[in-house]
Amino acid sequence: MRYGETGFNLEIDLSRGNIERVENDPVDTELYLGGLGTNAKIMWDRVPPEVDAFSPDNLLIFSAGLLCGTPAVGCNRTIVTTISPQTKLLAFSMMGGFWAPELKYAGYDKVIIRGKSPSLVYLYINNNKVEIRDASHLQGKGSNETTDLLRQEVKDSNAQVAAIGMAGENRVYFASIEQERSSASRAGIGAVMGDKGLKAIVVRGTKDINVARPAEFHGLCSEVLQYIKKRENNPIPGVMPILAGLGSPQEMKIHDEKWHTESFMWGNSRVRRKDFWTEEVAKEWTGTLENTRTRLISCYNCPMKCGGTISIPGLPTYMMKCFSKLTYTMAAFSDLDFGLKIAQRATEYGVDGFSTPQVMAFALELYENGILTDDDLPELPSDNEGRFYYLLDKIVRREGIGDVLANGTYWAAKEIGKGAEEYAHNNIKKIEQLPLKLSMLNPIYFLMYCTGEKINITQIEGQFPQMPFPKREQREEFVKDWIQVPDEKFKQYFLDWELRGENSMPFYPTVEMCCDIVDWQEKMHYIDDALGMCAGLSSFPLKPPYHIHNYPKLISAGAGIDMDEETLSQAVKRYRTLVRAINIRRGMRREDEKPPENHWKKRFPELEKELLDTYYKFKGWNEEGIPTKESLEELSLDYVSEDFLKRGILTANGDSPAAEEEKE
Amino acid sequence: MGEKKKKIIKTIRVDVDKCNGCRACEVICSAFHAEPKYSSNNPARARVRVIRHPLRDIYVPVYAGEYAPAECMGRDQYTINGKEYEECAFCRASCPSRDAFKEPDSGLPLKCDMCESDPDLTEPMCVQWCLNDALIYEEREEEVEEDAVAQQEEVEVGLEALANKYGLQNVMDAVARMSKKD
Repeated sequence: MRYGETGFNLEIDLSRGNIERVENDPVDTELYLGGLGTNAKIMWDRVPPEVDAFSPDNLLIFSAGLLCGTPAVGCNRTIVTTISPQTKLLAFSMMGGFWAPELKYAGYDKVIIRGKSPSLVYLYINNNKVEIRDASHLQGKGSNETTDLLRQEVKDSNAQVAAIGMAGENRVYFASIEQERSSASRAGIGAVMGDKGLKAIVVRGTKDINVARPAEFHGLCSEVLQYIKKRENNPIPGVMPILAGLGSPQEMKIHDEKWHTESFMWGNSRVRRKDFWTEEVAKEWTGTLENTRTRLISCYNCPMKCGGTISIPGLPTYMMKCFSKLTYTMAAFSDLDFGLKIAQRATEYGVDGFSTPQVMAFALELYENGILTDDDLPELPSDNEGRFYYLLDKIVRREGIGDVLANGTYWAAKEIGKGAEEYAHNNIKKIEQLPLKLSMLNPIYFLMYCTGEKINITQIEGQFPQMPFPKREQREEFVKDWIQVPDEKFKQYFLDWELRGENSMPFYPTVEMCCDIVDWQEKMHYIDDALGMCAGLSSFPLKPPYHIHNYPKLISAGAGIDMDEETLSQAVKRYRTLVRAINIRRGMRREDEKPPENHWKKRFPELEKELLDTYYKFKGWNEEGIPTKESLEELSLDYVSEDFLKRGILTANGDSPAAEEEKE
Repeated sequence: MGEKKKKIIKTIRVDVDKCNGCRACEVICSAFHAEPKYSSNNPARARVRVIRHPLRDIYVPVYAGEYAPAECMGRDQYTINGKEYEECAFCRASCPSRDAFKEPDSGLPLKCDMCESDPDLTEPMCVQWCLNDALIYEEREEEVEEDAVAQQEEVEVGLEALANKYGLQNVMDAVARMSKKD
């Protein structure tokens, strides 16, 4: 019997209309866990680097995590993996919600989609019944609208629906896959779904998920629940309210937006408004949220309330979470009322709440600077809010200039030319980043921005405080119950970290300490992505209920794979390296690994070089960021090193050709 | 009249306004009632279901009650605070009109047993796992007439035996005739 997982994948070929239920290999689960780990293995094996995002040979994999569907609290994430049209690298966005557990109860770990349907279809999965059905009546429909219609069509309000809106259908490079309160948004995976002619996947399941050692597993889950209760009653003192508790940032709950509105940038990530948050603004925005937010909501089997149901008079109800609350508002220099209203339309269209506002602000900046003209933007409204609605509609329909902007700021700037590249200034690896522009280089964040392959800072940061605490007593208090550290040395790193003086940034934490800190933070995210655990209860907040010490126990008792901290760390390192290998095979190199040039005012090229050199070595990568033959073999990834040698990515002595040239 | 006796009534107070819609109650209910305990879980086997319509902001945790062999003649709609609820949203019956509260394999009806077990739990598992306090457990005492209850049960057992022998319709006709004589 398989535990935690079901042991079966669905293989769907949309070109031929073929559906197969295929048993997956338990050995792969031991090596790569599940979710992202086994997705990466499939992508390596079956999607060679010549295949681009919109090829029928690109796969679109919807995977439940290894422990989704078990009572592990907050374990509900769907990991969607494909090749991104925007970055041309591996995309592995995730969504919470209710979809992944339902897939497990239907009897499947993954849905692996290949090919392209000649007409728009949806996939209906109801336990053993799996059908490809016509979706022509859903063309152009919004994501929530589609969900509602499909639930009526299959006559089951318990069915869970992952759907794309018009943006996905029109292959907008930052189109999302929406699932009511959640979405997998980054890197344009919704565009791949649209390219395949797949409007939605409806899933319903009524089968059991087994765990290996029931009493032990239940005990561990109960401990997690108790810890959540304790943490909720004891927020961490001395940090921003949104960083004090658990969950993803509690944007739907908290009214105080001083930190975001005054520290993050407005417009096209340009303007910092240091005195923005006045009493008057606070009062107005609080009123806006109180009057529209009807309920705080959670994902499957989670006591947190990170999402909100938003009902604005005259508009359909939708659900929101996290920082999309402010991204539209701030990009348009507007207010919360506007932000919540346009987000309703954006959710139905199915677009990423980070990239979309920046693309629109970028376009308006080009217009203000004469690079885009009235010919490009006919009948452009005069007010900022009107312009945002105008651009949103153009982009998702790929009408006129919208067709160019729909490829994101990097590709749009290239196509527009006339110096537009200068305005696409907030990207890493071709993807729009959080609008932050800061002063002093933070060496930990430097490494995370450079090497994070989810290419989103929130998907790599979390376990170590973002900033030093001013007083030593505060730091001592903080480390007292810091049980999550993998090693006691992390407490010392933090205790000695000062705001000013010798032990301050950028030279403290030291290069070696930074490597340890970044590796730990990244590792926790990768574990979550394989297990299907929400980062909000694990890798993202400080002092979370899940950590490196209880994860091996949960995997052992839940999935029946014997693990300790070392074997778990080794498995994570294996599939993390495999993710990098996929991207290396697609051409990613050291030169791609850099934060936006203007991210910090004070830069330290020598230190930055040393940081990256040392971190690469620490990770077992050569100076180009390519995993070395030795490190690949140590992780039983011999097949990767063989492929690298064959393709000339590595040479027999383990170097990359580019590095050799430098030596000569 | 019979002697009055005290009886513990177990109650779960459901506050739908506090429900965050997470379905942890379903998860832990099905795990607790798995055999062996906690060995599997499957919300379709749960004896509590959250009737959910997220886009209409409807979340109602409902507990499995008695089995009903037939569905209702027509179903009413209730409007509460501007939200429309089907009558079924509050109904505890395992009935032919819906999937809820039936074993998915056998179709046999499920019924909430308040997690009665040995040793006794302090609270049913669903309540323990609801950190949002949408589900609150309460025990209250009620006075009941012990003899009256016992007598009623005896009458029912007797009638059931007669119904089995002569058919329910004949018994009902006989009872109707008897009641007219008075």
